[in-house]
Amino acid sequence: MKAPAITLGLLAAILVTSAVLSLGVGAVSIPAGRVMQILMEPSVSGAGAIDVTIVWELRLPRLLLASLIGGGLGAAGAGYQGLFRNPLADPFVIGASSGSALGATLAIVAGLRESVFGMGAVSAAALLGSLLAVAAAYGIASMGRQVSIPSLLLAGVAISSFIIALVSLLMFLNDEKLLTIFSWLMGSLSGRGWPVLGTTAPLVLAGGLTVWLQSRSLDSLTFGEETAVSLGLRLGRFRVLVVVAASLATAAGVAAGGIIGFVGLVSPHVARLLVGARHVLLIPASGLLGALLLLLADDLARTIAAPAELPVGVVTALLGSPFFLVLLKTHRRELGAMI
Amino acid sequence: MSTLEARDLSCGYGRRRVLEALSLAARAGEVLVLLGPNGAGKTTLLRALARLLRPMHGSVLLYEEDIWELRADQVSRRVAIMPQTERRDWPLTVEESVRFGRVPHCGWLLPYRALDRRIVEEALGNMGLCAMRDRPITELSGGEWRRMIIARALAQEAGVLLLDEPTAGLDLKFQAEVLRLVRRLATERGLVVVLTLHDLNQASLYGHRLALLAEHSLAALGSPEDVVTEELISRTFGVSVTVTRHPVYGTPLVAPLADLL
Repeated sequence: MKAPAITLGLLAAILVTSAVLSLGVGAVSIPAGRVMQILMEPSVSGAGAIDVTIVWELRLPRLLLASLIGGGLGAAGAGYQGLFRNPLADPFVIGASSGSALGATLAIVAGLRESVFGMGAVSAAALLGSLLAVAAAYGIASMGRQVSIPSLLLAGVAISSFIIALVSLLMFLNDEKLLTIFSWLMGSLSGRGWPVLGTTAPLVLAGGLTVWLQSRSLDSLTFGEETAVSLGLRLGRFRVLVVVAASLATAAGVAAGGIIGFVGLVSPHVARLLVGARHVLLIPASGLLGALLLLLADDLARTIAAPAELPVGVVTALLGSPFFLVLLKTHRRELGAMI
Repeated sequence: MSTLEARDLSCGYGRRRVLEALSLAARAGEVLVLLGPNGAGKTTLLRALARLLRPMHGSVLLYEEDIWELRADQVSRRVAIMPQTERRDWPLTVEESVRFGRVPHCGWLLPYRALDRRIVEEALGNMGLCAMRDRPITELSGGEWRRMIIARALAQEAGVLLLDEPTAGLDLKFQAEVLRLVRRLATERGLVVVLTLHDLNQASLYGHRLALLAEHSLAALGSPEDVVTEELISRTFGVSVTVTRHPVYGTPLVAPLADLL
């Protein structure tokens, strides 16, 4: 096996270990041995025991959700950075976050409570808003016959600014709901159970897998779009596929956990340092790193100020930024050479 | 039947027309060299022939079929192009890059086959890249990078090979190597080779036919002896030249007059 493949395996092992360990972490701490016992033999450990309930009903679904959201953001970030050939691209670059913010804010302001496909109204509205914003950016950028990447980026930025202004306006007009809206915007995994997982998992996995299947096409963009086309890439179809798939993975994550920044921006860069630039390894590595990053951030979010919880989006940025700055200093040459 | 043909072709960018009603047919088994001053439309013509630029009027026919009736992946199996410049945004290795020449045949998903590996190996060998197969393309010198691009186009094994200034940036050895190789491919395998060159002497040596572009259209088309004449070259390029014969091969040899004395 080649070194990058081993690195990928190691990342997966670290993720699983961290996951098992974090099942024991929280307001009630449970030793790792007991966690393993509860996981392996739930019936023997006593169905009614409080720690069994904590692990199975509270921490496990939450942990899986954190991994899924983080993984989706990591994979989508790698896809977007490749597609846009831009190191600043992240899953939110063409409006996914602002769209979800508007959707969620509208639902909160309107006081919607119905659930759709097991998702709460706010989540469903966020999902829809996110996809609509991306579609609007893509639609506007493609009005002039051919979509160019700069026009798509600019359309995304313009749409985002417009939507964020609308969100601010809604918050200004509904100050009694300010706290609810605000805490959603900062991202949180608090109190998410199995039902949320049922809708998030298929969307994130399908989106991530579809982006991953475009690995070779993404690789070919290193030569520029024109050369990629001369090698047979059907550019229009490929772009739509990547944008739709990456946005789906992103939107599903945002719908379940709110806007969690930084993970999708930084994971691909760290992944590139570990496994190189080829997307076939880069996308899974970025997904695993995203999952790990969000998992650890959530551990901190629910323990630092326990029993209170911090917004996980704040923790990812607070932790991630200094880490990335150090990386930037120590690996400036490698980071600069890629993209 | 012509393999690749421009019929009444007009091309340009925005409102600016670069080519005006140009007709030209390339034949299998010959090297056709496009000549002309800067801005005459050589690159534009090559891009149109490769289906990278949509004509404003007229059409490009590939095996009698309008090239725009075909999809990019279909064209890529029959036409390989080496662009004048391209990007290298992230560091694939030389070998990984040359393998992309096989994508038209094995697709974007499936692993490369033994046949693909053999052809890639041959292309690497032809361009003297075997020793640097694991180097990242971002760290290659300009000439090495261009050799990688030629190797990738060769690995594509298309019936039509379009090369935009294939010798630019190459040292003397690889200039000769590339031109000799494409001429051999044309004559031995019956490929259509269309390339642009600035060196009129090289064009006369290696080209079966030369096409001289000027003022948006074809100024001359024919054998080196027909096209590289004192009168045509002086008029098209706006410099005084004298044309003699190559001492060994007898092909036209252009010597610019410098007006020094």
